[in-house]
Amino acid sequence: MLLKINGIEKNISSSTNLAELLLELEIVSPHCAVALNQEVVPNSKLKKTKIHDGDNIEIVHAVGGGL
Amino acid sequence: MESSKFKIGDKFFKSRLIVGTGKYASFEETRDAIAASGAEMVTLAVRRIELDKTKESILNFLDPKTYSFLPNTAGCYTVKEAIMTCQLAREAGLGNMVKVEVIGDEKTLFPDNEATLEASKVLVKDGFQVLPYCTDDVVLCKKLEDTGCSAVMPLAAPIGSGLGVCNPFTIKLIREAVKVPVIVDAGVGTASDACRAMELGIDGLLMNTAIAGAQDPIKMAYAMKAAVECGRQAFEAGRIPKKLYASASSPIDGLIDI
Repeated sequence: MLLKINGIEKNISSSTNLAELLLELEIVSPHCAVALNQEVVPNSKLKKTKIHDGDNIEIVHAVGGGL
Repeated sequence: MESSKFKIGDKFFKSRLIVGTGKYASFEETRDAIAASGAEMVTLAVRRIELDKTKESILNFLDPKTYSFLPNTAGCYTVKEAIMTCQLAREAGLGNMVKVEVIGDEKTLFPDNEATLEASKVLVKDGFQVLPYCTDDVVLCKKLEDTGCSAVMPLAAPIGSGLGVCNPFTIKLIREAVKVPVIVDAGVGTASDACRAMELGIDGLLMNTAIAGAQDPIKMAYAMKAAVECGRQAFEAGRIPKKLYASASSPIDGLIDI
């Protein structure tokens, strides 16, 4: 299925939910968060949240920043 | 001699200096400058993870046992972006104390006060401890306090401008008008700016560029630490009033008469 992840279109073959997607993308940071179609998904619900063709996903983490 | 302690929301701090983590040459420099500053709370931004690289995280250089994190909504121009950024930050384990900034103008990075107020209302209801970045407007600060914000953060001058406190009178008026902590945020350029800001009686000071952009950031961090402490002590000590005419320091009694 074709997903938009962090603004980039990607073809995802094996993942069916957000938790699997993070593993497939090799994102292991404990300090990241996910939004699916403009809604924040709690980390506790990543496994239960299914992904579908055309979904827009943002995966973020903390970076240095001030103002 | 110690100054009084500093409370924001449910947190207590010894240091009244909060620093940003951006614009440094390296993570190591970030870590060392923050340590030199004595700050106990640092701001962080929330950004997309780079998918095709394995990058070090700034969190590897900042011990969560030493520092409280204050994720910010830097780069947000809308209420929705600011709210979502805070929710993502909380989900990423950065806590529920957030700096809310909704930018209204690209050139000056001045906040959109209306949007900031709106976002703050929603976020307070959602259980966040909100520290809103705003202009030095007394009425606005009172409204932000009324929505339940944990502090108000009026700017001294535009972000990164190094101008220092442009209007000390409005900052003083804000300190008189609200009961929540007043943390001046943005625009400080050098140590004397920080000292003067603290002498106005504000509770805390937030800066990033003044330290990170200095020619020797570590040295400037030490200077800022001292400036914030000395400005606060001078305020608590109670200065002499300004007078037009002299007032002799030595006694008149006992003068020789020749």
